[in-house]
Amino acid sequence: MELCPLVKNILLLDSEGKRVAVKYCSDDWPTNSAKEAFEKALFNKTQKINARTEAEITMFENYIVVYKFVQDLHFFVTGGENENEVILATALQGFFDAVGLLLRGNVEKKEALENLDLILLCLDEIIDGGIILETDANVIAGKVASNSIDAGAPLSEQTISQALATAREHLTRSLLK
Amino acid sequence: MAQPLLKKDDDRDDEMEYSPFLGIEKGAVLQEARVFNDPQLDPRRCSQVITKLLYLLNQGETFTKIEATEVFFAVTKLFQSKDVGLRRMVYLMIKELSPSADEVIIVTSSLMKDMNSRTDMYRANAIRVLCRITDGTLLTQIERYLKQAIVDKNPVVASASLVSGIHLLQTNPEIVKRWSNEVQEAVQSRAALVQFHALGLLHQIRQNDRLAVSKLVTSLTRGTVRSPLAQCLLIRYTSQVIRESGMNNQTGERPFYDYLEGCLRHKAEMVIFEAARAITELSGVTSRELNPAITVLQLFLSSSKPVLRFAAVRTLNKVAMTHATAVTNCNIDMESLISDQNRSIATLAITTLLKTGNESSVDRLMKQITNFMSDIADEFKIVVVDAIRSLCLKFPLKYRSLMNFLSNILREEGGFDYKKAIVDSIVILIRDIPDAKESGLLHLCEFIEDCEFTYLSTQILHFLGNEGPKTSDPSKYIRYIYNRVILENATVRAAAVSTLAKFGATVDSLKPRIFILLKRCLFDNDDEVRDRATLYLNTLGGDGSVVETDSAMKEFLFGSFDIPLANMETSLKNYIQEPSEEPFDIDSVPKEVKSQPLAEKKAPGKKPTGLGAPPSAPTSAADAYEKLLLSIPEFASFGKLFKSSAPVELTEAETEYAVNVVKHIFDNHVVFQYNCTNTIPEQLLENVVVVVDASEAEEFSEIASKPLRSLSYDSPGQTFVAFGKPEGVPAVGKFSNMLRFIVKEVDPSTGEAEEDGVEDEYQLEDLEVVAADYILKVGVSNFKNAWESMGPDCERVDEYGLGPRESLTEAVNAVISLLGMQPCEGTEVVASNSRSHTCLLSGVYIGNVKVLVRLSFGIDGQKEFAMKLAVRSEDESVSDAIHEIVASG
Repeated sequence: MELCPLVKNILLLDSEGKRVAVKYCSDDWPTNSAKEAFEKALFNKTQKINARTEAEITMFENYIVVYKFVQDLHFFVTGGENENEVILATALQGFFDAVGLLLRGNVEKKEALENLDLILLCLDEIIDGGIILETDANVIAGKVASNSIDAGAPLSEQTISQALATAREHLTRSLLK
Repeated sequence: MAQPLLKKDDDRDDEMEYSPFLGIEKGAVLQEARVFNDPQLDPRRCSQVITKLLYLLNQGETFTKIEATEVFFAVTKLFQSKDVGLRRMVYLMIKELSPSADEVIIVTSSLMKDMNSRTDMYRANAIRVLCRITDGTLLTQIERYLKQAIVDKNPVVASASLVSGIHLLQTNPEIVKRWSNEVQEAVQSRAALVQFHALGLLHQIRQNDRLAVSKLVTSLTRGTVRSPLAQCLLIRYTSQVIRESGMNNQTGERPFYDYLEGCLRHKAEMVIFEAARAITELSGVTSRELNPAITVLQLFLSSSKPVLRFAAVRTLNKVAMTHATAVTNCNIDMESLISDQNRSIATLAITTLLKTGNESSVDRLMKQITNFMSDIADEFKIVVVDAIRSLCLKFPLKYRSLMNFLSNILREEGGFDYKKAIVDSIVILIRDIPDAKESGLLHLCEFIEDCEFTYLSTQILHFLGNEGPKTSDPSKYIRYIYNRVILENATVRAAAVSTLAKFGATVDSLKPRIFILLKRCLFDNDDEVRDRATLYLNTLGGDGSVVETDSAMKEFLFGSFDIPLANMETSLKNYIQEPSEEPFDIDSVPKEVKSQPLAEKKAPGKKPTGLGAPPSAPTSAADAYEKLLLSIPEFASFGKLFKSSAPVELTEAETEYAVNVVKHIFDNHVVFQYNCTNTIPEQLLENVVVVVDASEAEEFSEIASKPLRSLSYDSPGQTFVAFGKPEGVPAVGKFSNMLRFIVKEVDPSTGEAEEDGVEDEYQLEDLEVVAADYILKVGVSNFKNAWESMGPDCERVDEYGLGPRESLTEAVNAVISLLGMQPCEGTEVVASNSRSHTCLLSGVYIGNVKVLVRLSFGIDGQKEFAMKLAVRSEDESVSDAIHEIVASG
């Protein structure tokens, strides 16, 4: 058993299994085609399952995968065979909720692509080389959306509204219209 | 710059859906990246372009070396902008491009400036970026800042440097180890995640120092660790410490158990689960210790969250393998999970029930499973089949309904692996449950009437040939077998011919009829089929007369083949490569069973904990050793190598010089091969020898020693010492070892060694030659047959008291490793809760004498173990020798 909980990858796919944004932190899939094959097989296995209210879980190719869907977006977090399932689910929930905050509840593919910079930063703030950096959605969204954080104030004291305000500000400057 | 022509992504054109990246092209985006060079930077536009570049990379697009370099240099210009959002994207882009060493230098100063910025977000991200792209040389320059950052009052900055530390530890351990004080301070941090990251790093720094880890765990389990993630880490470290320390024998209390149990009442589910799982995985866990963990897992079973149900049922499933009774309480909750929407959960629930169910519930369970089987995938079905097989072995009286179930699913659709699992299960049931034999064989016969898999058909035919003749009415199988000769492909036909011949050789009354069938096969259009038929007809006396086939002939035709096929393959390959006049001699094939690297890898708790630690390569032992030894003139005359032991470590991990030894046993000699590694870059060792004191090994006399001329940093070398010993005698003894060498200083920058060296010594641990070194692990395919054919002439039976032992498993393993023999038919595994066990071993004793051992273990009331040892071999002195090993062990 790995002593430190590790995330192997985080995937955000659309309703056809195409990539919106993905992040791999493991050498288990050395090439892009290996990654795509994994995504495709995983998507086919899970697409018919109703993972919209509660996060679902499966054993897939000797990995534990937790996943949750909303609208036309499919969120996945993959971990090793012996990983604590609850930890992976917590990471998934953090990612899922943070994206929800950043997209102001409007969680769908189009919105996600229009704010892809936020999604990518969000992934970057959740894991670093497989190690979980943060699981609290408010904090993640806060870190992504804020243009500067006060040196003294602990991050956990940032409220959702603050996070949302900064997210909104970012949105007004939305990159591509 | 000419814009490269890229084809448009066609399938996007007819899509009505709007995407901001519709029709995006790499060439065009690379052109756009020129805005990075504008004197007046437009942060918004630059951010857009970076997002597009990242989008392309994320979709799997790759940049050529030149493109990547161009983008990288352009991006570095963006450090001029003060825009925070843009800077974040720049960090992301640099990480994504993973620049080469000479490119890193360009951004180093900018990043170092950001590392000392007053903006926390800059500091945190700059640290992560710099640590990701840096190599060792730069690290010493920034080390000071990183140490500061670890204790930064902003938790994001502290976490960033700690996590970077964890990554850097893989590549630059000596630098990161210097940060221990700061990391220790960070463990006390009030911020939850900082505590988690600090604990992770601190443990990795100290992981090779058992005492330090133990201290760390002791102090932290008393205090309050705030973050649930850190708590999970602590639980993992605690179970590691428990594993390594073992039971406290005086009180019977397990150290730290109270802590684990306390964690079951934690408010975070991840901690509760981690603790429950840790308890179930404790080695030799008692049911009293298990109960609280099972109780919380049982609660999880009825949770509304699939993740919790899955986690709980998966853990209980594992527990059921060893402590079936402990899980029985959950059976009602488990049964309701059979209809769970999530098929993974349902399958795990079923297989758990199959393990914990009692005899009376089997029929009800089978009914539920039959409905369930039709709507799950093959991979799940295989799991269920395996579980049913073990259930049937547990309740042999229920074989009828279970066998029926198996034959029913055998008739349904399914892939090869699934069918193979079913066939394997039926074969095992036939072997172990005599009553099930006839019905099982008929099910198999029916299956091969309509089987699309050649492999399975031949396997079944082979099995039928062994078992069919022993049944009450062998003649009823002939029809099925001969049908194969008429209907199937050549491979199956050939197998069927062999099976027919087996019936003919064993059942005399069938012989004339079999010969008629075999004669028909002489006209087959396949060579192999004809050849086999001819061989059998001639050797079995196919002239029509009913004669008793002599047993030597039977042995020749159908006897078991006791040479491992892998060894046979290598020997044959070698023979073909070096053509010679001499015929191939099958006795020259080594019979040693190669150790299975897979099994080693799965050994619990042995896995390297780091991310990058490579698994040690499996030793493809015997052949390589033999070649190596033959190449040394001093040892060439020793004759054939009998056995080479696994390497024995003579030094602790992480010492200056790492030495392990391999014992090579010859008929008259023993050679010790010392594998030495020098782990100090500043040293070169010359004239390395091991001075062996054999005063505690009287039967041995040193005859040769082969020093190692030079041993440079990190390139292993070998030195050898050879001893003479009385021929064929399993002499044992203890040897003390001293490594003696000349040290020369090496200038690390030039790699040149100084002229003069100093003589030095290094004490190694003692080495023993034990009786097990004289026994080869050689398996037999059918222990019962081998045992009976050996006969009771040279049998020696005696009983031994083993005294108190921790568990039956431990006692069995102790005897197996003492004898160094190959366990047969999986009898090294002890069923849970059993009070007695029989273990079958086989091996070859020095002098090429086959030995078979039957061990029967039992426990009396006070955990006193007793063992009955029965040995059969070709030579009674060898049987006595085995008893002597056990008596003196």
